[in-house]
Amino acid sequence: MTTLTINGITQQLEVDPSTPLLWVLRETLDLTGTKFGCGMAQCGACTVHVAGNPVRSCVTPIAAVAGLEITTIEGLAPGPDQLHPLQQAWIDLQVPQCGYCQSGQLMSAAALLASNSTPSDEDIDKAMAGNICRCGMYGRIKNAIKTVAGVQHFDPAPLALNKELTNG
Amino acid sequence: MGKWSRRAFIGAGVVAGGGLLIGVAIRPGNRSEELSKHVINDGETFLHTWVKLDSDNLVTAIVPHSEMGQGAGTALAQMLADELDADWNLVRFEEAPAVSGFANYSMGQAILMPDAEVPSFVMPSVDGALIKTAQMLDLQITGGSLSIRSTGTYGMRVAGAAVKQMLREAAAQTWNVPLDEIVARNSVMAHEASGRSAPYSAFAELAAQMVPPSSPKLKSVDQYNIMGRHVDRHDLPAKVDGSAVFAADVRLPNMLYATIKRSPTFTGSIEKLDETGARSIKGVVDVIRLASEEVSSMFGNFTFSESVAVVAEGYWPAKQGLDALKIQWSTTDNNAVSSATIFEQFARDIGASVDRGSDVQQGNVPQALANAATVIEADYQVPFLAHTCMEPLNATAVVKNGRCELWVGCQNPLGFRKSVADALGFDVDNVILHNCLMGGGFGRKSRPDYAIQAAQIAAQVGRPVQLLWTREEDVQQDFYRPAIMSRFRAGLDAEGNIIAWENTYVDKHDPFEASLIPYAIAAQDIGHVSSPTHIPFGAWRSVAHSHQGFFTESFIDEAAAAAGQDPYQYRAALLQHRPRELAVLKAAAEKAQWHKPLPAGRGRGISLHSSFGSVVAEVVEVTVLDGELSVDRVVAVIDAGFAVSPDGVAAQLESGVIYGLTAALYGEISISNGAVEQSNFHDYPSLRMPESPNIETHIINSGATIGGAGEPGTPPIAAALTNAIFNATGKRIRKLPVGTNLS
Repeated sequence: MTTLTINGITQQLEVDPSTPLLWVLRETLDLTGTKFGCGMAQCGACTVHVAGNPVRSCVTPIAAVAGLEITTIEGLAPGPDQLHPLQQAWIDLQVPQCGYCQSGQLMSAAALLASNSTPSDEDIDKAMAGNICRCGMYGRIKNAIKTVAGVQHFDPAPLALNKELTNG
Repeated sequence: MGKWSRRAFIGAGVVAGGGLLIGVAIRPGNRSEELSKHVINDGETFLHTWVKLDSDNLVTAIVPHSEMGQGAGTALAQMLADELDADWNLVRFEEAPAVSGFANYSMGQAILMPDAEVPSFVMPSVDGALIKTAQMLDLQITGGSLSIRSTGTYGMRVAGAAVKQMLREAAAQTWNVPLDEIVARNSVMAHEASGRSAPYSAFAELAAQMVPPSSPKLKSVDQYNIMGRHVDRHDLPAKVDGSAVFAADVRLPNMLYATIKRSPTFTGSIEKLDETGARSIKGVVDVIRLASEEVSSMFGNFTFSESVAVVAEGYWPAKQGLDALKIQWSTTDNNAVSSATIFEQFARDIGASVDRGSDVQQGNVPQALANAATVIEADYQVPFLAHTCMEPLNATAVVKNGRCELWVGCQNPLGFRKSVADALGFDVDNVILHNCLMGGGFGRKSRPDYAIQAAQIAAQVGRPVQLLWTREEDVQQDFYRPAIMSRFRAGLDAEGNIIAWENTYVDKHDPFEASLIPYAIAAQDIGHVSSPTHIPFGAWRSVAHSHQGFFTESFIDEAAAAAGQDPYQYRAALLQHRPRELAVLKAAAEKAQWHKPLPAGRGRGISLHSSFGSVVAEVVEVTVLDGELSVDRVVAVIDAGFAVSPDGVAAQLESGVIYGLTAALYGEISISNGAVEQSNFHDYPSLRMPESPNIETHIINSGATIGGAGEPGTPPIAAALTNAIFNATGKRIRKLPVGTNLS
């Protein structure tokens, strides 16, 4: 029996304690927002928060996180029908394409801002380096993090685009 | 016969074409089984397969393309809504189900008659043939950057205009006023003189009884309200809170999980299998061998080898079980094959030039080369590439009582359904396919192998099964962008003008025009030789353009260098007869401040390549310090004719650039002992945020026929990068990947 506290709900689970947290989330608890991408902590799609820190759930046995506060993408927003400011920024800047990696990207970004509300470019690069986006939306992800961090002196290239349209 | 007659559709049970297609009206109470799923509420009226207008005045576009990230659904809905003059806030879209009625005929037309300019959408004799052909091919494909330029242009806009016309006629009848006094705007019909107005939905039932017009009038560019404007993508809210359901998120009662391994050499069979270790793992339910399978599809026939799957109560025990299997694969001739032998074979076959096929033959190349003051020559090569979609391949299946129900994310739902039916020996009508969101596609998800495996496993275990591939299997059992070698010779006269272009490469792949160059060179001889390998071929974002763009745009850069001329000016001088390409090239140079000097250690490179109806030029800036490369900036300019969804086009360009940069910098699938050496993101890396350049995108709406957006950003990037490295260091890179260490 392993005791897990996920998104504020504590429950006891009859699962092999060596099972990675990812599979317990996705298969036992149907919290499918956390994604499988590589199985070896290379891509970040499975990122969740454990005691506020970003953790790759695909290589984290549940025994290692028993009793700790776990947050998944489903629990990132402050309440029902609300969005975390990063989630709103992700929509405002039209960040996702396929969207598969974005749960992990958002969890990494949220952990960064929770510990450093005014990150530098280097801080952002470092915090996000573990998350792959095969659709290549890194520029938008970075800009979205900056809008939330209140850093206004960046080049919002994607936003400026519409103003440059010319009808030939 | 090409009439928008509801009777023909219902009577025949097939979609009748009008224009380039699909005009369907279904009377409530007389709905076909497949379509009725989309008409849920009593007040809803189906006007058209692609348009649903319900009693709340909501318009739903049924989109016959799959969503793999490109946002096509939103752009297609924009095209429909604009012609319909609908209130954008009252427009929704959903993906068409995989039933024959939704066969993607307009894409069939674009593939089968790529050059056909159809002045009127109503060409019954053409349509009739196309509909038949498309159904035979089981066509419901997303690929070739075709969603907007084909379905959107020929389908959605026509549908929107036709429905609007019918609704206007219905309003005129209802109010007994002249048709030309009815104004349709923002989903409301109005008659100003009498002060009457009513939502579109008020006329839905009457309109549904009309025969749709055969060639509704489309808007001109100055009348667009929604096309060309930024609208938020519909699908993003669900993608930021974890609620979007991808194929791997499908959960069925009593479901088992499976993972699988196929022959590493692609052709080996299982000689010995020890299942003991796997079966002793708690949660493992079964170990299943699947025979090798031959699949015929519209992409040609392909075979995949024997495989073994472990089925368990969860993915984790299944994966542990797979790791515990002891499999001895048979040795075949392919075991002797390596990347080195493959490239040796390519060089040999190019040298021998047996049965060389010709792409272009103009002027007298041998004579021009003999007359040249300077002759330059070079060999280029690129390695195999895997797709590595973020979401590893997976499919969920239930097989019972002679029926198969399948949940999968794929680029070709009807084709998958057919392949699965064939593999199970079922009639296609007994396979129901639910296409789910795809966590990336890039061409990989047009091959149905993983769906067939899931169905075969489910048939054996008798319970719902989700087959989820390991990342290792995903990397090692792909259908790869082929490795290619390309040999060039060019002749320059005393002034440096290029007077001859000779090029021979191995293995011709689609699209045909990928190897062609836009430059005014009088003597050209471009051709190819066959040099097959056993590594499975697949379409990879932009297909043959991905490597041809690198080859031709590198070698023209070499010609400019040999002439001692500026590579941008050199190209521009050769493009005076191609104003569209010239304008895009110029815009890229201007936006990138091409002539602004860079400090030592930095360099700039330019590249131009057209694909899928769009022209793209890219400028890359790099820094090379102590042999360490960094990519600082990318300027990308696209002329896609008209950008229906400008931010969507920009996002696709950014995406295409990063996808191509990943390949150019790191991408290499190497072969050893007949098998792929790489296995996961640690040895097949993907570009990450710290290495990603700033990307500036610019759109030119030239008014040319609408081109694609999903792929054209990828082909120019590798050459722009290596040309920039040449500019910074004088080092010419002719083999990809570049790597980040240049010393």
